[in-house]
Parts: sequence; C-alpha cells; structure tokens
Amino acid sequence: MIETLLHALFFQAGYNAALVSLGAALLGLAAGAVGAFTTLRRRALVSDAMAHATLPGIGLAFLAMAALGGDGRALPGLLAGAALSAALGLILLQALSSRTRLPEDAATGAILSAFYGAGIVILTVIQNVGIGRPAGLEGFLLGSTAGMLRADALLIAGGGALLLGLLASLRRPLAMTAFDPIHARMMGIDTRSTDLMLLLMTLACVLLGLRVVGLILIVALLITPALAARLWSDRIGIVAILAGLIGAAAGHVGAALSLALPDLPTGPAIILLAFATFALSALLSPQRGLLSRLRRAPLRPGG
Amino acid sequence: MLAEFLALTLPPMLIATLAALICALPGNFLLLRRQAMLGDAMSHVVLPGIVAAFLLTGSAAGPVMLAGALAAAALSALMIEAIRRTTRADPGAAMGVTFTTLFATGVLLLEVSGASAVHLDVEHALYGNLEGLIWLDGIGWAALADPAALAGLPVELPALAAALAAMALAFALIWRPLVIATFDEGFAATQGIPTRLLSAGLTGLTALAAVSAFAAVGSILTIAMLICPPAAARLLTDSLPRQVALSLVIAAASAILGTLAAGYLPPALGLGFTVSAAGSIATLSGLFLALAATFGPRRHAPGHPAGRQSGPSA
Repeated sequence: MIETLLHALFFQAGYNAALVSLGAALLGLAAGAVGAFTTLRRRALVSDAMAHATLPGIGLAFLAMAALGGDGRALPGLLAGAALSAALGLILLQALSSRTRLPEDAATGAILSAFYGAGIVILTVIQNVGIGRPAGLEGFLLGSTAGMLRADALLIAGGGALLLGLLASLRRPLAMTAFDPIHARMMGIDTRSTDLMLLLMTLACVLLGLRVVGLILIVALLITPALAARLWSDRIGIVAILAGLIGAAAGHVGAALSLALPDLPTGPAIILLAFATFALSALLSPQRGLLSRLRRAPLRPGG
Repeated sequence: MLAEFLALTLPPMLIATLAALICALPGNFLLLRRQAMLGDAMSHVVLPGIVAAFLLTGSAAGPVMLAGALAAAALSALMIEAIRRTTRADPGAAMGVTFTTLFATGVLLLEVSGASAVHLDVEHALYGNLEGLIWLDGIGWAALADPAALAGLPVELPALAAALAAMALAFALIWRPLVIATFDEGFAATQGIPTRLLSAGLTGLTALAAVSAFAAVGSILTIAMLICPPAAARLLTDSLPRQVALSLVIAAASAILGTLAAGYLPPALGLGFTVSAAGSIATLSGLFLALAATFGPRRHAPGHPAGRQSGPSA
C-alpha cells in the first residue's frame, strides 16, 4: 500500500493514475486560487448551494443521454446538465434574496436543500428505470477517482489550467472589487460584471470538482485553502497563490491516497488534508498562529 | 390498498411529519437571527458525532447517539468561533470549513470502521431511511387498537414524538426571552436576559432537531425542513406566532404530501416504482417556498414598491 501510494505520489502508478492525480492537483490549484477571491467576497456558502444545485442537472443529463442511446455517464454531458441546473439555482437564489425579504443565507439554504432533494428524487428514478449503470452517479456525491476515464482526467486538468489563466488575467479587477467595491467603481471597474465573472469561475471550479471531490464537500476546496493562506499573508495575490498551492497539494496527495486505498472516498481525503494544512497554519503562522500568540502573551499581561 | 397504506405508507408519513415539525420549530428563530445555515452545518456534524459515539461506546442506543451529536455540535460551535477569530473570516466561511471537515471525518470514520456495524452508511446519512420504516403488523384498522400490533411500530415513531414534545416544551419555556433577544439583542441584554445562553440553547435545540430527524429522514430533509417552511411562512405574515404556526402547517403538508407523492405518483403515471420520499418532501417544501415568494402577502423586501436595489451581489 505504501508502495502504491509512493508510486501514485510521484506519477509512477501508470498513465491513467498519473493523469488523475495531475487533474486533482490542477483542480486544487484552480479552486484554491479562485476560492481566495470567493471567500473574500463572502460567497462561500453560495458556492455550497451551487454545488448541491448541480445534482438534478446531473440526473436529468444522465437520463437524457441514456434515453438518446448514448452513455449516460459521459462526463461532458453530465457537467453541462450540472451547469444548467446550478445556474438556475443561482438565478432563483438571486431572485429570492433580492426580491423578497428573506436574508441571503436563508435563500441559500432553501435553494441548496430543494435542488438537492429534487436531485435525490431523480437519482432514485434512475436507479429504478434500470438504464445504464447508475453506480457512477453516486460518485458525484462524495467524489471518486475509481474508474475515471483518461478523457475525464484531461478535461479536469485542462479546465483547471484554463481557469487559472482566466484568473490571472482578471486578478486586478477581482482584487479591487473584493477589497473595496465602491473604490473599485470609482476607478472605473465594472464591479457587477467582475462579480459575475467570479461567480462563473466559482461555478467552473464546482463543476470540475464534482467528479473528484463530490458536490457535498467541494465547497471546502474553495474555502479551506483560502482561509489557511490568509494566516500567512494579507496580500490577496500571495493569498491566492498560497491557497492554490495548498489546494494543489491536498488534491494531489488525496487523489494518490485514494488510488492506493480504493475504499477511501476521494473527496473526504482531499478535504481533510486541506484542513490539516489549515490547522498547521493556525498553529504556526508567524502573525496569527497560536504558538506565536502564546509566546507574545506574557509581554501583554493585560491583553 | 388499505393494508398497504397502514403498513407501508402511514408509518413513514407520520415519522416524516414529526421530523418536519421538530426541525421547522427552531428553524423559525434561525431564520430571524440570520443563522439559517447553522441548520445546514448541524445536519452535517451530526454524522461524525453519531459515528464517534458508537465507536467509543459500542452502543447505538438513542441517548448515546444524542450525546455524541450534541458533543459534535458543541465542538463545531467552538471550531467556528476559533476559525473566525484566527482568520477574521466571515461566519459563512468559518462554518463551511467546520462542517465540511467534520462531515468528511464522519465519512472517513464510517469507511475505516466498517459501515454496517453502525447501522448507518453514507447513503443512509444523506437520504435517510424513510421507506424502510414500515409497520409489518399494520394489517387492517383493527391493528390501530391492538396493543400487540402497535408495539411493532417503528421505534423512530415514539422517539420522534418524545423529541417533538421536548422541543415544544423547551420553546414554550424560553419563548418570551427568546423572542425579545431575537428581535433586539441589545435591549434583551439590558433587561437581564442571558442572550448568550439563549443563543447557545438555540444551537443546542437545533442540534437536537438535527439528530432526532437525521437517523430517520437523513441530512437533506433535515436541512430542508429547518429552512424552507419557516422561510415560506415568513413571506406570509408579519406576526411571529402566526409565522411559527404557518411554518408547522407547511412542514406537515410537505411531509404528508411528499410521502404520498413519492409512493403513489410514479405508479399513477404508469411507472412501476416509487421515488425517494425524503427527496420529494424537500422538493415540495421548496415549491411551497416558491409559491410564497411569488404570491405571499408579505413577500416584499423592505423599501418596496421601489424594490430593494442593493442586492448582495451588487
């Protein structure tokens, strides 16, 4: 097992396995970096609603592809369905929180649970009509790298790389909008479309993460590395890069672990690794770490 | 048809209704205190609590599970606060880190320890097991008066009834101070109301709701019932007592109609199967909310008819 793990860690466990852990690393890189902006803009839980709202789309896309005689589990088709239903969820969330008096957090929870419930209903339909093998769809809940196709890994890796390029080109308006939207507007930045781009990039991270991390935990790959990185720096550029690196490490090692231990669900493994990094940062960070605060404490008996 | 209804449909329907009522009650206050997502967090952290309690004690008895879940809820409250303080992140992000980490721990514990031992697997935790809660002795109306047959009802039924009674009693006791603290925390504090204690109590009651509902109906239905019925009721009235009453009606209606729809709608459409009851109840509660958001007399944001221009994304 250790040997399999080491092989997987160093891309030696075969071409497919190498692609899978490369895909997971790029996904972690993109999600960590995008998440640095998403959390700064306080949209962490909105991305959780988005992730849960993908489920009905995944199920309907499966049914549609199977009914048309294709392979219901083709990842591009499932992701297209996921994107549509997540977008619908977002639009409804926006409508609920801006046109009614419900606070945004309640609207978020309502969309999350209603869409997720509808998704579960559709999953039970799929289990019962007996077309295709629905077993692959359960993997979208908690992530699974088992049986991932080469093309899927390439799609995830390529999507992650594209997303990173987009993020790099938009970093200035994103950072300015996140820190001070009013100032950003005075500087001539269209904050509405910047926010929309951030939301779309967050959605792209969610979609790319569905297969590897799963829709229940993907939100953690957006926020946990970002919060860990914030403990080391206050500069958004550095936070984004650090968060990306933490996400990449968690994604890569987590995918390798689950390749070595097939029973280990990939999503929880990746998320716990990201949290371990956060916990270490909270302990060791020079400014905000527990250890340095303890060391400083005796100097300020009143504080 | 009747025998089938009594044995297969009535018990899940009653259990779903009880679970829905248990969740909707604290949900009303979470909504007004802008803590709706706390329900989401609680329904996730219940899983590691239950699993850890089982692994530590070897017992799957109700009180043990409840203790485990409450301990996990307390731990998560501490974690959220600690993360907020160290990172200065918004509560949403701190909550997100906490509940995903704890939920992932629960899943991992389940996989490592052998899932079947806990009578719980991940799927169970997500969708619950409403369809499995049947009453084999429920043959004919006479069974309703037959103590021997009644003893065969799923244990979840009396357990949830007791939890609902406890929940109702708790809210009856803290109603006045809780209402004052919810609408004006500062004023409540000047009146000598222990607002922090009340806030912790509400978190505890939310955890109680989550753990009672969790085993029977799963995390998805728990979240839906904590949030959707109170949210729909909020768009219908300005009065808090009326809002709570309406939320209970909507919760019960979602549970009853959702169970019936899951069991009878697909066969009526000529499909030879049933669908997830938990899922259809959650969906239905969302539809009720959509109706309330479209037609509810108190749906408008403050500042209407001009409409509130400052959406959260602007």
